[in-house]
Amino acid sequence: MSQRKQAGFVTANAWQALRVHTDARIGLGRAGVSLPTAALLDFQLAHAQAQDAVHQALDTAALEAQLAPLAQAYNLGETLQVHSRAPDRPTYLQRPDLGRRLDETSAEALRDCASSLSSGFDLSIAIVDGLSSRAISENTLPFLTALLSALKHDSEEWSVAPLTVVRQGRVAVGDEVGELLNARTTLVLVGERPGLSSPDSLGLYMTWAPRVGLTDASRNCISNVRKAGLIYGDAVHKLTLLLKESRQRRLSGVQLKDRSQDPVIEGAKAATNFLLPNLSHC
Amino acid sequence: MVADPHPTRPARSAYRYVLGTRTYGFRDLADVMAKATPERSGDRLAGVAAESAEERAVAQRVLADVPLQQFLQDLLIPYEQDEVTRLIIDDHDPVAFAPISHLTVGDFRNWLLSDDASIERLIALRPGITPEMAAAVCKLMRNQDLILVAQKCHVSSAFRNTLGLPGHLSTRLQPNHPTDDVTGIAASILDGLLYGNGDAVIGINPATDNLAQAIKLMKMMDGVIQEYGIPTQSCVLTHVTNTLEAMEKGAPVDLVFQSIGGTEATNSSFGFNLATLAEAQDAALSLKRGTVGNNVMYFETGQGSSLSANAHHGLDQQTCETRAYAVARKFSPLLVNTVVGFIGPEYLFNGKEIIRAGLEDHFCAKLLGLPMGCDICYTNHAQADQNDMDNLLTLLGVAGCTFIMGIPGSDDIMLNYQTTSFHDALYARRALGLRPAPEFGHWLTRMQIFQDAGRFTPNAGMPPSFAGSLARALQGDMQ
Repeated sequence: MSQRKQAGFVTANAWQALRVHTDARIGLGRAGVSLPTAALLDFQLAHAQAQDAVHQALDTAALEAQLAPLAQAYNLGETLQVHSRAPDRPTYLQRPDLGRRLDETSAEALRDCASSLSSGFDLSIAIVDGLSSRAISENTLPFLTALLSALKHDSEEWSVAPLTVVRQGRVAVGDEVGELLNARTTLVLVGERPGLSSPDSLGLYMTWAPRVGLTDASRNCISNVRKAGLIYGDAVHKLTLLLKESRQRRLSGVQLKDRSQDPVIEGAKAATNFLLPNLSHC
Repeated sequence: MVADPHPTRPARSAYRYVLGTRTYGFRDLADVMAKATPERSGDRLAGVAAESAEERAVAQRVLADVPLQQFLQDLLIPYEQDEVTRLIIDDHDPVAFAPISHLTVGDFRNWLLSDDASIERLIALRPGITPEMAAAVCKLMRNQDLILVAQKCHVSSAFRNTLGLPGHLSTRLQPNHPTDDVTGIAASILDGLLYGNGDAVIGINPATDNLAQAIKLMKMMDGVIQEYGIPTQSCVLTHVTNTLEAMEKGAPVDLVFQSIGGTEATNSSFGFNLATLAEAQDAALSLKRGTVGNNVMYFETGQGSSLSANAHHGLDQQTCETRAYAVARKFSPLLVNTVVGFIGPEYLFNGKEIIRAGLEDHFCAKLLGLPMGCDICYTNHAQADQNDMDNLLTLLGVAGCTFIMGIPGSDDIMLNYQTTSFHDALYARRALGLRPAPEFGHWLTRMQIFQDAGRFTPNAGMPPSFAGSLARALQGDMQ
């Protein structure tokens, strides 16, 4: 909420202090029965940021430069820049099928790359703009830094394919990337559908034995990875557990998912329903 | 020039139209329906949309000449293949249908708009109208037609209050929280109640499908409703099988929720069938928790869900959506709402398409006799904004929409989309003179939440009955 001073004509809400308990836009006050100007302007800004996150093209050159030292440190070779079959954003938004496949030039480039390299990899990583380029440009470097370090220190050895950046891509495009690069597992980092309060949320999808045509049932997902959401260390911890189990059991998707279901969410602090007199801890 | 652009189509199809030198042929009734549908991205994605504006206008002319009787013979999804088709056909009432059985789709539009179509006649007609007939006439209607006829379709339902009375608009208080934090949810409930929202239901979309979590939220809301004597009902919008289990465990379930679609395959992809819903309705009725009525089901729908599940049988999305209303009306729901803009721009691209779909869904559901509300909403990747939602809210308010959502500041921090706010509901009340459910309205005055019920003005101070709760919350923060 902006700190604009609310002069006359605005009726403030006595319960505004409850905002410490939720990111929901409660206690906004009212002008007549309508939204006060300050709250209106806050909303407009958040919506503008979320829309920009969808429509702003991913700055692939900047991302590649960001990732270069990491690729070098882990011997990943040159980062590959590819494109889906959706030529532009309006097409991308209306044709999910086109965003799931690489265009011909891109597929050829990955084939060439695979034939010039080793016989295969344990893991390919596709960095996909999805619905939020901001999620990719802000989270990719810190997340991958933590992930590659964790894999390096893992008891098993992980050979990682060259990083692949996909523009106008959907989650399933990672399967084609993994298949063409001869990877046993593919990991997709994708910009998630932006919320008003979270325009920068990264999604992680993992598939064992990736190939074109798989559905969501074959994938495992970790959502809301960002500084103000699931933080990088926790996301890497969850992901490496999944990666290791997937590799051991040679599968991914629903069968893994059942085992990794979260139990009842319990807040860090004891949450209370203050609407009831006996401060019920239900 | 080749006259027929689609020579592979059967030349003998009954659905043909000669326009000047050009002959338009349509594969079958489903093809006519799809191509007559006002433009939207989902039908293009499915490959069923008209290929030109002219083809769409021609398809509408062909559709206008189709006799309503035809929809009882020419089944869009075969009877043997689909239990929703069987439900539609088996429950069709020929006696109720008789007054319109001689009409074409085009005649039906004229009749609906005529003064012959009175409130009482429209009620009597309901069991004689199939979803396909409603969908078909809808495709020929302009937005103002959809509004004018929906106004004449009076549908009310009841549980702890009475919803859908003329001149009334109700709200679902939607206090979602990304981690189901009880204090956070309580804060949003308080905010909503003090803005006069929540008469349709206090309904939470839980952050997980975990059963224990759902039961915890059911108990939490039941406690609040009892403590303040609120004439409303609660619902945790979890899967129907979860709610069945919760009832077996003795949880305080007011309403059973389920997302439904218009084909059997859509519903199996959602993990239920008609028998599941019947079982859940029986279980909820046996709890006898309603005080003024026994409508215990809450359904959500939305155009595009069948295509999204690859279960649309080549039908357009508006026809699939309307078939879902046959499923809904079988179980006498308290509430049904179309979550119109949630599905995203690959199904409804922009504000214009969302507004049209919202009006279509509301009209068709009301014509078929459902207490229809609308989640007037959009996602951030759709070409839509608050102004589009203001337009749809105003149009639906005029049309007599049963209920809308109410959420703090329009921002659902759990589902990451925007819907109508607590403030928006007050706007609609003031602009259109729409009151909350009568029992709830009296409660708002009694609790001093509204200081001027006539102008829907909330109390400028803290209503005394809630002052203690706020003090407890703030005291808790101090500790």
